[in-house]
Amino acid sequence: MNQSTSSSSYALVVKKDCPTCALIEPMINNLTEGSVTSLTVYVQDDASFPKNVANLIDDTQLEFSYKNTIEIVPTLIRLNSDGKEESRIVGWDKQQWQEFTGINDLGAKLIDFKPGCGSKTQDPGMEEVLALRFDTHLLKARKIELAESEDIMEACFDRGWSDGLPVVPPTALRVMRMINGSEREADEVIGRVPPDYVPCSIEKLAINAVMAGCKPEYFPLVIASVEAALQDRFCMHGLLCTTYFSSPVMVVSGPIAKQIGMNSGVNALGQGNRANATIGRALQLVIRNIGGGVPGGIDRATMGNPGKYTYCFAEDESDEDWASLAMDRGFQRNDSVVSLFAGDGLQPILDQQSREPASLAKSMAQSLRSVANTKIFGLADAILVICPEHRRVFRQGGWSKSDVKEALYKELLTPGAELVRGANGIAEGMPDKFKEKMLNKFRDDGLHLVTTGGTAGLFSAIISGWVASGERGSQIVSQKL
Amino acid sequence: MSSQTSLLDPTAELQPSERQLLPRLSSLAGATIGLLDISKPRGKEFLDEVEKFLIDAGATVKRYAKPTFARIAPLELTQKISTECDAVIEGLAD
Repeated sequence: MNQSTSSSSYALVVKKDCPTCALIEPMINNLTEGSVTSLTVYVQDDASFPKNVANLIDDTQLEFSYKNTIEIVPTLIRLNSDGKEESRIVGWDKQQWQEFTGINDLGAKLIDFKPGCGSKTQDPGMEEVLALRFDTHLLKARKIELAESEDIMEACFDRGWSDGLPVVPPTALRVMRMINGSEREADEVIGRVPPDYVPCSIEKLAINAVMAGCKPEYFPLVIASVEAALQDRFCMHGLLCTTYFSSPVMVVSGPIAKQIGMNSGVNALGQGNRANATIGRALQLVIRNIGGGVPGGIDRATMGNPGKYTYCFAEDESDEDWASLAMDRGFQRNDSVVSLFAGDGLQPILDQQSREPASLAKSMAQSLRSVANTKIFGLADAILVICPEHRRVFRQGGWSKSDVKEALYKELLTPGAELVRGANGIAEGMPDKFKEKMLNKFRDDGLHLVTTGGTAGLFSAIISGWVASGERGSQIVSQKL
Repeated sequence: MSSQTSLLDPTAELQPSERQLLPRLSSLAGATIGLLDISKPRGKEFLDEVEKFLIDAGATVKRYAKPTFARIAPLELTQKISTECDAVIEGLAD
């Protein structure tokens, strides 16, 4: 702040509903003495306030306040001869105001100090309202005007934007709030979304996140999930086109899961948690609406699976000594990471009798043989979802996650002769060239272990992977937020 | 709801923003075409002529009628037509 040295113009921003503004009201007219050559007062909430001011401008639309980044009222701004801001002071500090204006007895009868109030531009939700009012260039998406007779929910169905469930209508205000849930610019293009490979902006992602029902605080995770899906090794295009069941399965690791209230406990893979449900759905809507991937079009799934609406859950990371999926993939415990796996529905593993790790590992291995077909090896990856009680069996037996993986690998080694086509009277199976070999059910790095779910129930599960797992198709991908 | 309700397009904007008509039939040959008489006078005679034309073009024709022109078609009727036909021609006026 510079002390006033020559005559100047001033702008004062006030609101009636501010006790500090009310305090200074009687002396506002005195401001036009001394070095102050002109004073324009902007009022945010009631154009009848302050009384008896010559140059009073109704700023209830908050244009001046927004464009001049007013955060506190009163704000007194000194303008240079071009009308540009030179400096400003906020709240009421008698000595400061006297120096700023060069009026030595300004507000002499008032108390020395009273802090200001929040500007109306700072009211909850106002940031986006004002951005839409005065920065209309920020959003570039085409506007769809609805007819008066249209029901807004039905309109979204009619235009083909829905996965079959109602969507939240993507109004500009909701979209602006979604974008502001991240630090990203609306027009930033994060990649091209298959199958149409059209450029995908943060704004378009935000529109679909709104429709999916996301809160703005979920949006960074939605962005990361789309970035993961666009990684070449995930092979989103092929995954979408397949006649097989598979679709993206989203596993969230690290602090973000708790920060946004994701479920990694009771019913973690079921319904009822907004973050789990809507983040997984947002990715599917992005593929549908931006990429153009719709069932019966490019999506040729024979049956699909219910996870194609949404398939997203958080890991239980309550056991510090048990590595998360993200840590298995080279990240740290404190990194927030979303991993995508091309997977199918859920196959239970019931084991209520194994109290020793070796028994439980054998038991799980037997069930894992069912992935795709008990006689098909190395074709489909899988996620083994270990419930907390089964994890406890391993931990109490002194086993680490890598011990479990090693035991499963050994248990699943199988002579090719048992698996080749025709063996056991089943035409399906491995090609004859594998007859003399020992085969493993999964590729190297083809079996992933995660823990989630409630603390009661000795029920783990398998998420089978796409039968085009690996370099020729899809591999698990992880994206740090 | 405001008559000015405006939504942001979630798509890649590869299609016009106006709602599109359903895909048209590429040929009448082999198609089943419904003729819906809305029950106004002389509608039957008019649709008889349309039917001849459709049969000549190789279509199979099914005839339907609304109970009264003054009301929209009952749900059962529209469901029956959409189940049985590839397309429908509605005799709108007398």
